[in-house]
Amino acid sequence: MLATLGKRLVTVIPTLIGVVIVTFLLTRVLPGDPAVYFAGPAATPQSIADIRKSLGLDRPLPEQFARYVGDLARGNLGNSLSTGRPVVTEIESRLPASAELTFAGLILSLAIALPLGILAAVKQGSWIDHTCRVVATAGVSLPVFFTGLLLVYIFYYQLGWAPAPIGRLDAFTSAPTQITGFYLFDSLVTGNWEAFRGAFGQLILPAFTLGIFSLAPIARMTRASMLAVLASDFVRTARASGLDGKTVIFTYAFRNAMLPVITTLGMVFSFLLGANVLVEKVFAWPGIGSYAVEALLQSDFAPVQGFVLAMAILYVALNLAIDVLYGVIDPRVRLEG
Amino acid sequence: MNESASIIHQAAEVKAKPSSNSMLRHARYVVSENPVTGFAFALFLLIALCALLGPHIVPYDPLASGAATLAPPSRAHWFGTDQTGRDIFSRVVVATRLDFVIAVSSVVLVFIMGGLAGIASGFFGGWTDRIVGRISDTIMAFPLFVLAMGIVAALGNTVTNIVLATAIINFPLYVRVARAEANVRREAGFVQAARLSGNSDFRILLMHILPNIMPIMMVQISLTMGYAILNAAGLSFIGLGVRPPTPEWGIMVAEGAGNIISGEWWIALFPGAALMLAVFCFNLLGDGLRDLVDPQRRT
Repeated sequence: MLATLGKRLVTVIPTLIGVVIVTFLLTRVLPGDPAVYFAGPAATPQSIADIRKSLGLDRPLPEQFARYVGDLARGNLGNSLSTGRPVVTEIESRLPASAELTFAGLILSLAIALPLGILAAVKQGSWIDHTCRVVATAGVSLPVFFTGLLLVYIFYYQLGWAPAPIGRLDAFTSAPTQITGFYLFDSLVTGNWEAFRGAFGQLILPAFTLGIFSLAPIARMTRASMLAVLASDFVRTARASGLDGKTVIFTYAFRNAMLPVITTLGMVFSFLLGANVLVEKVFAWPGIGSYAVEALLQSDFAPVQGFVLAMAILYVALNLAIDVLYGVIDPRVRLEG
Repeated sequence: MNESASIIHQAAEVKAKPSSNSMLRHARYVVSENPVTGFAFALFLLIALCALLGPHIVPYDPLASGAATLAPPSRAHWFGTDQTGRDIFSRVVVATRLDFVIAVSSVVLVFIMGGLAGIASGFFGGWTDRIVGRISDTIMAFPLFVLAMGIVAALGNTVTNIVLATAIINFPLYVRVARAEANVRREAGFVQAARLSGNSDFRILLMHILPNIMPIMMVQISLTMGYAILNAAGLSFIGLGVRPPTPEWGIMVAEGAGNIISGEWWIALFPGAALMLAVFCFNLLGDGLRDLVDPQRRT
């Protein structure tokens, strides 16, 4: 198991190198001259040349790249122009908000998609199968920002069940003591029920928005792979041996059907992390996505590049975790690896 | 072209005739079997019509402010009006062309880039394959929408760059399909015949392999069209690419977002619904086309 993990970790290295090269290239192809841009509107040719020198832009590209990698290794992603704060600290302080939202969205979509997919496969051709298909197709077709606004209109404006979309907590509730930065977790641990209720209420709509968007691939894959497994010999044998339907479906079929579903989780995370940016904008969620969008609109590029890099590293790590999980669930992968 | 090749060609043509006929029959069968595909096709025609004739058939100028601001849907303004009194129906219809053009051009671009790279990598293998594979792996290492944001931020905030970014993030999908299909046909009889008749590798790729994998690629195009529209609208929703007065679905939803919490739902709803319908239409069409081309993968 450890050897497999080690081998898998080695395959991450070229991917990470690729990611760093791409983000480096993105910093170097800024429209126009970065030095002119950093010098501001009142720049003289002399000050631009100075800035170019201090940024190291007069050096050859490989040397600039080495310097960039060195900065990364020291955890330096540059400073935001508009706030002057280092990008790394800003991303660190905002990451828990995004992570909490993403995981809540993922859990919700798993909670809906898995039963839906299993039922659709077990009762193939029934109304629940058709529901599954419609939900899956509609789910990917709905622009995630539009779903979010629709939910806000129905549950906040019309019904008044949900709080206003103004971030992680309303103005009257104070944040729980910081432990992990996950409000739900922190408030539970410290027994702060008021904060828990507030944070939970704020989280429901954005999490649902993300969940609806990402449940389609999971439901589709669950259905397809359950269908394949249910038609296989070992399920027939299990049935012929007189096991009851529940045992066959959950103990035998489900565990085997989960493997392709876990593989699709990689794609689902790509969806979720991207959709996160849009959902954060709709719900004024103070995560790294809305940080990047604000910076983007002010042509403040360091935060955007830091954000892209952070997201890519996060995504690579998630894919790694998925592979490890795959090995845990399927012993065959371990043997072969 | 020498004799043996022309004989093979003739043979292919003779064979192609009944197969295209049965293709039509199969198409009719699929449509009758699955009326949803027929519906999607009708919807597609409507969208294409709006994109073609949009600016000529709308009742109001999409950019002109009117006296009635924030008016709910009525007989005069079917979809209501926005903050400056512009007619939302006209704006939604006129926006079709821009969204359609963005999606189509990005899909055409990625078809050329990804399709050719994929065929070459499946056909030649070796270094070509490794380089193309490395490029698509690197693209896939990013969450795709995030990468698109980064590309537009770096290259500049224009519609052209939105097209380019959307094409780039779809690149690996096209490479994968084209590579697999070309790889299977690398040693096929017709390829060997073409090679024997003295065709260059390049010519075999373009004239023999590409036409053969076209049907599968068409399905891919239709499936990614919806995603391309969503992606472009998402980028313009966060304020990239299209500039405010221009009618475009993503930006119109963004303009109406603030009014949702005060109850003016129509500003965001109609452009959002148009967006949803367009994406829905392309996804259904893609599924239908796949049934047509590749009946085994029907789900």
